[in-house]
Amino acid sequence: MRDVAILGIGQTRFGELWDRSFREIGIEAGFEALVDAKLSSTDLGALYLGNMASGSLIDQEMIAPLILDYAGLAGHHLSAVRVEGGGASGALALHEGWLAVASGAHDFVVVGGAEKLTDVPDTEANRIMSGTADHEWEAVFGATLPGLWAMIARRHQHDYGTQREQLAAVAVHAHEMGAKNPNAHFRNRLSIDQVLQANPVADPLGVFDCAPLSDGAAAVVLGPMERARKFTDTPIRLAASQVACDTMALHHRRDLTTLDSTVVAGKRAFAQARRSPQDVRVAEIHDGYTISALVSLEDLGFVEKGRSGPAFASGEFSGSGKVTVNTSGGLKAQGRPFGAVGVAQAVEIVRQLRGQAGDRQVSGAEFGLSQDVGGTGATSVVHLFERVN
Amino acid sequence: MSIARFWRETPHRYNLDGVRCAICQTVYFPPRSVCPTCSKHRQSIGRLEPFQLSGEGEVVTYTVVHDAAAGFEMQVPYVLAIVRATEGPQLTGQVVDVLPSEIRIGLKVRATFRKLREEGKAGVIHYGYKFAPIEDRSVPPEPKPPEEPTPVPTRTGPGSAKA
Repeated sequence: MRDVAILGIGQTRFGELWDRSFREIGIEAGFEALVDAKLSSTDLGALYLGNMASGSLIDQEMIAPLILDYAGLAGHHLSAVRVEGGGASGALALHEGWLAVASGAHDFVVVGGAEKLTDVPDTEANRIMSGTADHEWEAVFGATLPGLWAMIARRHQHDYGTQREQLAAVAVHAHEMGAKNPNAHFRNRLSIDQVLQANPVADPLGVFDCAPLSDGAAAVVLGPMERARKFTDTPIRLAASQVACDTMALHHRRDLTTLDSTVVAGKRAFAQARRSPQDVRVAEIHDGYTISALVSLEDLGFVEKGRSGPAFASGEFSGSGKVTVNTSGGLKAQGRPFGAVGVAQAVEIVRQLRGQAGDRQVSGAEFGLSQDVGGTGATSVVHLFERVN
Repeated sequence: MSIARFWRETPHRYNLDGVRCAICQTVYFPPRSVCPTCSKHRQSIGRLEPFQLSGEGEVVTYTVVHDAAAGFEMQVPYVLAIVRATEGPQLTGQVVDVLPSEIRIGLKVRATFRKLREEGKAGVIHYGYKFAPIEDRSVPPEPKPPEEPTPVPTRTGPGSAKA
């Protein structure tokens, strides 16, 4: 397998982009990444496009050739593949792109992620995203995606004494970072009290414990590391790319408060890169719900099982500790255009490792991690990134 | 959802018909055709035999849903739980005949046949299991600061589900 480098990054603003279509945002992110990589479209071998539910959301399937076509590349007859894994679709697409370049099947590929959630009413969007749970044995009985994560939170509170305020600290941190990110859906700061007093969604989670429904797209260009210096002075090595799956339904898990898919993907990734969680300086993790960030930090090995609540509330992951999480604002504040999330996480880590993260730059960021989760953890994807000096 | 799509799951949703692996004796709900835990994974195919759950179990976690799933809007707030059945498998379902303030981890429950929801313009009615307490559920109410207005208790389940 060859070493794979990220040569270029691109991202649209995230939010309710009512004036912009799916194809517009997809093309914008892709071209920004190509321009950043200084790569000609004719050098491309393939496009991998992460997307959760375009068929339900915009009545459009075959979106990979669609984006290629409207990017003016139909005549090049490239390979274009849509990749789906719920909220982990973008990270899964990145994994497919990594496989293609690492294996030598392609030299240069674009990995994109795009979702248009606001072309349907939000009740409809909520129904569609509940399809990332087990429809027949969870959703049919009244389970919503936040409802399932709320049951993880409730059990975490029961087993480890996790406090409501500690959950809220995750959202407060996300908005603090989102305020510094010009691409973020939400750029306002939040207080603990505001999170606690927000309307309930599924007890103990309220509106501000849950990531929003956003439109947006992100893209990266991948190529072989041995040719990376021709395109950029700051190639970022994709040091590991790992996917792990678990039972579809939450109720079938070994342990309700552990994402085994994240545990396994994380261990495999650190083994692949011959690194450990102690090496990570910046991490983009799945904070679709405040509880998902807490269990993810435990399951990736950043904090002992059950201790994520007090650790987060004390600032261990928001500046005072070794690893700073979700400098983009995370899913909570940067936004959650499902299929775009995993790619946007990679874009943020590359910005950090290049030293291009502006007001939210973490000093000495040389090694980063991204973790993306589909559903309640049926799929987890972990990537590791390394600045090559 | 088409009628057939719901109708084909009727035995499981109405009667809690699951399966038991003839090799390792593990009980599964809903039914599976391959035993995931059996060491003789592939040999289990064709040897998962019908097995009906008693319907009794215990709440292992729960939430009170305020932002309803599609078709459940008239039932909010409703209690949703994961229940560990006496025979081993865990199921997701609503808990009825209980106030949101009364639900707790460890509550003993029994499955009860209820209307789940109506769907679409045709108003197809879906039935299936929910759970109801089978033990004294009286727990001391949590003290609340007097300045907060006390919300009118809403009894989930029967009022809305049977309507």
